[in-house]
Amino acid sequence: MRGIERNLEAIEAQGIRPVAISVDTPEVSRNLCRKAGYTFTFLSDPNTEAIKRYDLLHVGAGVNGHDISRPAEFLVDATGTVRWINLTENLWVRARPEQIIEAAKTLH
Amino acid sequence: MNGRKFNWLVLAGFLVCVIAFVSFFLFFARFPVTRDFPWANLLLFGLAAILLVMGLRRAFSHADVFRGKVFGTILAALSVAILGFFALIVFVGGRRLPASHGAPQVGQKAPEFDLMDTNGKSVRLSELLAAPMNAGRAPKGVLLVFYRGYW
Repeated sequence: MRGIERNLEAIEAQGIRPVAISVDTPEVSRNLCRKAGYTFTFLSDPNTEAIKRYDLLHVGAGVNGHDISRPAEFLVDATGTVRWINLTENLWVRARPEQIIEAAKTLH
Repeated sequence: MNGRKFNWLVLAGFLVCVIAFVSFFLFFARFPVTRDFPWANLLLFGLAAILLVMGLRRAFSHADVFRGKVFGTILAALSVAILGFFALIVFVGGRRLPASHGAPQVGQKAPEFDLMDTNGKSVRLSELLAAPMNAGRAPKGVLLVFYRGYW
């Protein structure tokens, strides 16, 4: 998230709109954005509807055994087709902004 | 035995070990180069090990000069436990993720969704793909970043 915010101009210059999605409520996300200085779109999926539709549910991994999303990134083109995915196998390894920008360059 | 010197090497080793653990979460995890593989923290753990080994060696071989046989051994054991816990969190815990075989693949349609933004307003994927951004043009694409959240 930090990497995306820091490279937001470069990502947006590629015509890519980043959108963050988690089970956090709008209020929690709003606080996060304010505290961390994130200026792109944050969406809330507290009922894990989209998270299930993308098969990203990490059952019981949240506090008090709540279901949350596993980390994952999808680049979707203007027609709604997935063009690039990053399903990390390690929580500590995430897509780097350079990878995202490289993938964005393949979109028209 | 009051004349023996305080064995600061073992204490320093233990403190470096604590720093090696804490600094990953507070600092090094912020940067991909030190997070993807925690080499900076492993270097710190290595430094801690050197200090502890040096401290313990002089505690045992020069027990007449240096203190630290007992507390040095305790701190060394704690340090090993801290390193083990670190490895467990970063190398084992970090890999406990569901496989997500059903995730949309490259070339497939991204499933539509309707979620709330931070103002509680409903937003659909199709709207994100269509809403103008640069100079009034629709985006070339949308990057969906699913994250664990802060609950």
